[in-house]
Amino acid sequence: MAKAKTTKKPAHPKTPDPVEFTKEQELAAYRDMLLIRRFEEKAGQLYGMGFIGGFCHLYIGQEAVVTGMQSALIEGDQLITAYRDHGHMLACDMDPKGIMAELTGRQGGYSRGKGGSMHMFSKEKNFYGGHGIVGAQVSLGTGLAFNNKYTENGNVCCTYFGDGASNQGQVYESFNMAKLWDLPVIYIIENNRYAMGTSVQRSSALTDFSRRGCSFNIPGIEVDGMDVRAVQAAGELAADWCRSGKGPIILDMQTYRYRGHSMSDPAKYRSKDEVQKMRAENDPIERVKQRIEQNKWASEEELKAIDKEIRAVVAEAADFAQSDPEPDPSELYTDILIPVEA
Amino acid sequence: MATEILMPALSPTMEEGTLAKWLVKEGDDVTAGDVIAEIETDKATMEVEAVDEGKVGKLAVAEGTEGVKVNTVIAVLVEDGESADDVAAPQPAAASDVTESDTKEPAPAIVPATVAVANDPDIPAGTEMVSTTVREALRDAMAEEMRSDERVFVMGEEVAEYQGAYKITQGLLDEFGAKRVIDTPITEHGFAGIGVGAAMAGLRPIVEFMTFNFAMQAIDQIVNSAAKTLYMSGGQMGAPMVFRGPNGAAARVGAQHSQCYAAWYGHIPGLKVVAPYGAADAKGLLKAAIRDPNPVVFLENEIMYGQSFDVPKMDDFVLPIGKARVHKEGNDVTLVTFGIGMKYAIEASQALSELGIDAEIIDLRTIRPMDMETVIASVKKTNRCVTIEEGFPQSGIGAEIGMQIMQEAFDYLDAPVIRITGKDVPMPYAANLEKLALPSAEEVVQAVRAVTYK
Repeated sequence: MAKAKTTKKPAHPKTPDPVEFTKEQELAAYRDMLLIRRFEEKAGQLYGMGFIGGFCHLYIGQEAVVTGMQSALIEGDQLITAYRDHGHMLACDMDPKGIMAELTGRQGGYSRGKGGSMHMFSKEKNFYGGHGIVGAQVSLGTGLAFNNKYTENGNVCCTYFGDGASNQGQVYESFNMAKLWDLPVIYIIENNRYAMGTSVQRSSALTDFSRRGCSFNIPGIEVDGMDVRAVQAAGELAADWCRSGKGPIILDMQTYRYRGHSMSDPAKYRSKDEVQKMRAENDPIERVKQRIEQNKWASEEELKAIDKEIRAVVAEAADFAQSDPEPDPSELYTDILIPVEA
Repeated sequence: MATEILMPALSPTMEEGTLAKWLVKEGDDVTAGDVIAEIETDKATMEVEAVDEGKVGKLAVAEGTEGVKVNTVIAVLVEDGESADDVAAPQPAAASDVTESDTKEPAPAIVPATVAVANDPDIPAGTEMVSTTVREALRDAMAEEMRSDERVFVMGEEVAEYQGAYKITQGLLDEFGAKRVIDTPITEHGFAGIGVGAAMAGLRPIVEFMTFNFAMQAIDQIVNSAAKTLYMSGGQMGAPMVFRGPNGAAARVGAQHSQCYAAWYGHIPGLKVVAPYGAADAKGLLKAAIRDPNPVVFLENEIMYGQSFDVPKMDDFVLPIGKARVHKEGNDVTLVTFGIGMKYAIEASQALSELGIDAEIIDLRTIRPMDMETVIASVKKTNRCVTIEEGFPQSGIGAEIGMQIMQEAFDYLDAPVIRITGKDVPMPYAANLEKLALPSAEEVVQAVRAVTYK
């Protein structure tokens, strides 16, 4: 008699050790993360000056997550996220000028001023947005992964969402189908501890997000999202997992945002001490900087020179974003539908 | 006492079926629960069980008979000592129509033969026409497009192995395989989003909703993701795809399953919205929708699936989205409608012609972009307009048309535009109330009499 079919549990991966970075890797990570931080600081300033309108969600504190993940990817892999997206775009090598000009609603912005902070895309860089509806990008990212499997292109889709989005229903609908069809998607939960103003403890029955895929047999690992080397190690493991046909995987990135949910959030739901402690002890950029200094891979002057160079890039982006004209009024009626010849 | 076995209704919209096979013969003993026959509906082959025990006294309908009306006596069970002739009342004539006949009784034609159909300019003269159901036309459209474009795939609940909840995707799994005909879990929000993501990446998904009522679970992905991405990305990427399925009221399925979404989706820039009536339009427009580089909401109607219409036999019959069709020319009043609303317009136009009123019927076919040029041109000729839809009145399609006519043809109007709509109530279940809640040809006739002062 044939044996009853049992669901074989694949050996679930464990959190890998952080990648041992070379001098070049440390300096590259430092530079990439610093660009995000300085860019976001400038965006905050421009918001205060009235150049950026509406909502503006800053990524400060979370830089190691997208920076580490990007270094684990290959050409053609996609990235999709929600509205805290500036860092992701910079990590995708999108032009800071085009991003900042989109924030200020100018014609030189990535969406010619029609998307804004939350809705930006770059087909060229495989950045699929930039989505304003919490959780919607999870189904969309699963669809991008569906395309990867359908066309057998060997790519994976990095689908980012927060601890808040993790409680949306469509996330689990997507998990189910992603595993059912073994789609190559890495679900990266950027757990910054607060869904807007509601802490993970107050919003989530299960706060260990690495286990959110249990019902679907999707493995998950917890990652120190403040250590870019740990993120890269997890990213490499996850990309290998997906590319070898094992289906989706979840990375629970333990991270923290220093600023409020958006520019208008005074962040009264947490103490200043909590934020200060995180900045002082666990800052992702400081941690890289300390290692560089300990290994004497760069002098203080050299690090300052990097900082200066990055400030110049950001200043150039900000200048462009303030001087570039607003879109032509005719843009109001473009890009609604692609014309079809009768 | 002898027991009659009647042709059962096997779905909310079934009116007739084929008695495919008898599994018993006269003289057999049956007990309750025994499968005695197989009946084919337009959706499926179903088994019929005996509900009583007894001896099969008579098989009243021959095996293979098509078009057997629901509630026709198909067999008689007798007790010992009885004969089938003991059945008290002979059945009405309806039954005898089908008992002896091997010939197919035509389904009640929705298009009355007396209505002159304006020539569709899209079909070359002399083209051979083939009688086709709307269901087959939709399936053929998908199959043809899937043959010519590898990027096209269809996903939804029960589209593959079950062959479609309403059998629209029948046969597609066999031809195209499980990679391209994909059964999803019951998870509209999730699979709509996956479809949009796949479209953003370059595929051409056809997302089938079992009904558009369930698409409300997914409306965020349709509106916020599919419709707006092209604009928000400055033209870099969009969602070339089709969302399709039955829309509007079917029959006796109550408030949550009976709603028209034409106005909902017609409201959204970035979407195209198509709502065909007959099979040729269903085919030609669905092919156009699949090829369209934009997201298209394709609203079908369950009641129309089984209806047959002439479809031109052409290698590649594609109709333009955004063009209305003058279904019947007339001089006294313009009736504007779409989808199943055509049924009321056609019925009313017949009654009106008996009153000496010559109605022009415009089938919008596309809700968005709406072909107001055709409507306005007609109103300038007739000076009167009545709109017809099954949807709710407030902010409906009729409201939009009336407004546009007021702006574009105010001086041509000899009477206010009247809209005939579904009533402003959730769809009731009771048969009489449901009938009252829907529009009727009589309401259309009264509205036309009002605007023509006759």
